[in-house]
Amino acid sequence: MLDMFLDTLQQGLIYGLVVLGIYLSFRILNYADLSVDGTLPLGAAVAASMIIAGFNPWMATLIATIAGALAGLFTGFLHTKFNINPLLTGILTMTGLYSVNLLIMGRANLPLLGQKVIFTTPLAIEERTFTISFLLILITLTIGFLYWFLETEVGLALRATGNNQKMITCLGVNTDNMKLLGLALSNAMVSLSGALLSQYQGYADVGIGIGTIIGGLASLIIGEVLLSNGNILRDLVAVALGSVIYRLVIAIVLRMGLPPNMLKLMTTFIVIAALAAPNLKEKFMIKRGYRSYVNS
Amino acid sequence: MLIVNDIKKTFNRGSINEKTALNGVTLHLKKGDFVTIIGSNGAGKSTLMNAISGEFFLDQGSIIIDNQDVTFASQHERAKMIGRVFQDPMVGTAANLTIEQNLVLALKRGEKRFLKRAISHEIRDLFREKLKILGLGLEDNLTQKVGLLSGGQRQALTLIMASLIKPKILLLDEHTANLDPKTAEKVLEVTRKIIKEGELTALMVTHDLKQALTYGNRIIMMHEGKIVADLKGEERRKTTVTTLLNLFERNSGRELLNDRMLLV
Ligand SMILES: Nc1ncnc2c1ncn2[C@@H]1O[C@H](COP(=O)(O)OP(=O)(O)O)[C@@H](O)[C@H]1O
Ligand SMILES: [Mg+2]
Repeated sequence: MLDMFLDTLQQGLIYGLVVLGIYLSFRILNYADLSVDGTLPLGAAVAASMIIAGFNPWMATLIATIAGALAGLFTGFLHTKFNINPLLTGILTMTGLYSVNLLIMGRANLPLLGQKVIFTTPLAIEERTFTISFLLILITLTIGFLYWFLETEVGLALRATGNNQKMITCLGVNTDNMKLLGLALSNAMVSLSGALLSQYQGYADVGIGIGTIIGGLASLIIGEVLLSNGNILRDLVAVALGSVIYRLVIAIVLRMGLPPNMLKLMTTFIVIAALAAPNLKEKFMIKRGYRSYVNS
Repeated sequence: MLIVNDIKKTFNRGSINEKTALNGVTLHLKKGDFVTIIGSNGAGKSTLMNAISGEFFLDQGSIIIDNQDVTFASQHERAKMIGRVFQDPMVGTAANLTIEQNLVLALKRGEKRFLKRAISHEIRDLFREKLKILGLGLEDNLTQKVGLLSGGQRQALTLIMASLIKPKILLLDEHTANLDPKTAEKVLEVTRKIIKEGELTALMVTHDLKQALTYGNRIIMMHEGKIVADLKGEERRKTTVTTLLNLFERNSGRELLNDRMLLV
């Protein structure tokens, strides 16, 4: 039981970077970026290929992160330069990246057996303890960085871009640049997550990206519903925790006998329910209001 | 300070929705001019504002602000020179951000923004001082989300934001039209104060003839994309509501009273 929890915690923390990236694009920038289904495996592909080619795992992870930023820039470029609809830009990047990822890996699955990875502990402590500490520090640093960034002059301009584009344009901000910056940052985090995931799992697979966005959204919503209060630091912590909670829920339902193939369907329904709830609530209120009006 | 030189703009050219919104507008503003603009619905008043601030490029003509030709400058490039308040109180501020965050964004209007913490104690003091002239108590709620403010409060805040860095020209587009009369009155008073104290050059669109007569030193009347009357100096001082009504009838062949204009 404790084992299950600790394993899930590690996954949750790794995917926490994805959720923070999605928070940045969906919530802060108000850009429904689907690129992440491609940039997660991109990070995995770059990191795994480089490690196998003999690079230091830290270097491999860094380059994987940069690759994600570039992919995010590409998505933003499609929108800002060619005025392509945001949803479509993400789908284009995601689809294109599938081939790119295969190209980088040379095949669909790349095992990292026996390779020195970022989690290989240099210290005399157990590998899992090291991994968890490493991930906790990383996620704390990421949240700290985002919190700091979003309160800077540039960060506020980025938030305003997502909130009121007309207003911030009138204040002299080139919103195209803000979108490019936000998407680059967001996808860099997702790609970093992919790089860590491949090293944690011991392989990179071209298929690990499928459903990233939906899983990320489910985590985001869970975190927000349970813990958010509109304060940005609290939100960041909430969505990162949302990732851990989501992975725990998955682990538990799998234990209870849900066939793994049904996972994506379950996640889809979580997101549908979360998106539909405010709508249904409103309709219900209107009907109730109408009824009390008629009855009075 | 501002030269608008024979500008034309046609929207949706070649389609059945083709609309010439500006049909040869020429306008010279001196430094410190406070011009009120009146005219029927669809006359092109907002389009003139949008043209000056660069929301679209012109079909013809040029715009020069403070000796700088901005005809081909994009909106964010001219932002440094222009302060704006819109009719819709939602447009001028970012609802998800706090009062001080909105203000600090305006404090950097048209300036390079850096990766440094935006808000400091000194900046807060400056904001408190600026907000005090509104008399709305906003200075005590700097960290409140703007989305929680009323329309009038948001409009007043937008005014402060538009004038935080002195603009070469202040554009006000029916900025009190969506407010209740009492709030509108208050926001107008603040407008007058800010323009006077900052010695700003301003263009204010209004559909209220009384307002047009009460404020500013010059009145412009627009109709079908053109300036049809321009009252300044002695002529402006002698202008009454009747003058404006007659002018309007002569130019549009319609009774002003049927239009949206108000004679409060
Ligand atoms: N972006 C636009 N696209 C198409 N038509 C527009 C646009 N902006 C303004 N118009 C049209 O131009 C005319 C003038 O509009 P506007 O300047 O808003 O008038 P007003 O004097 O009432 O502010 C109107 O007929 C309006 O429909
Ligand atoms: Mg208008």
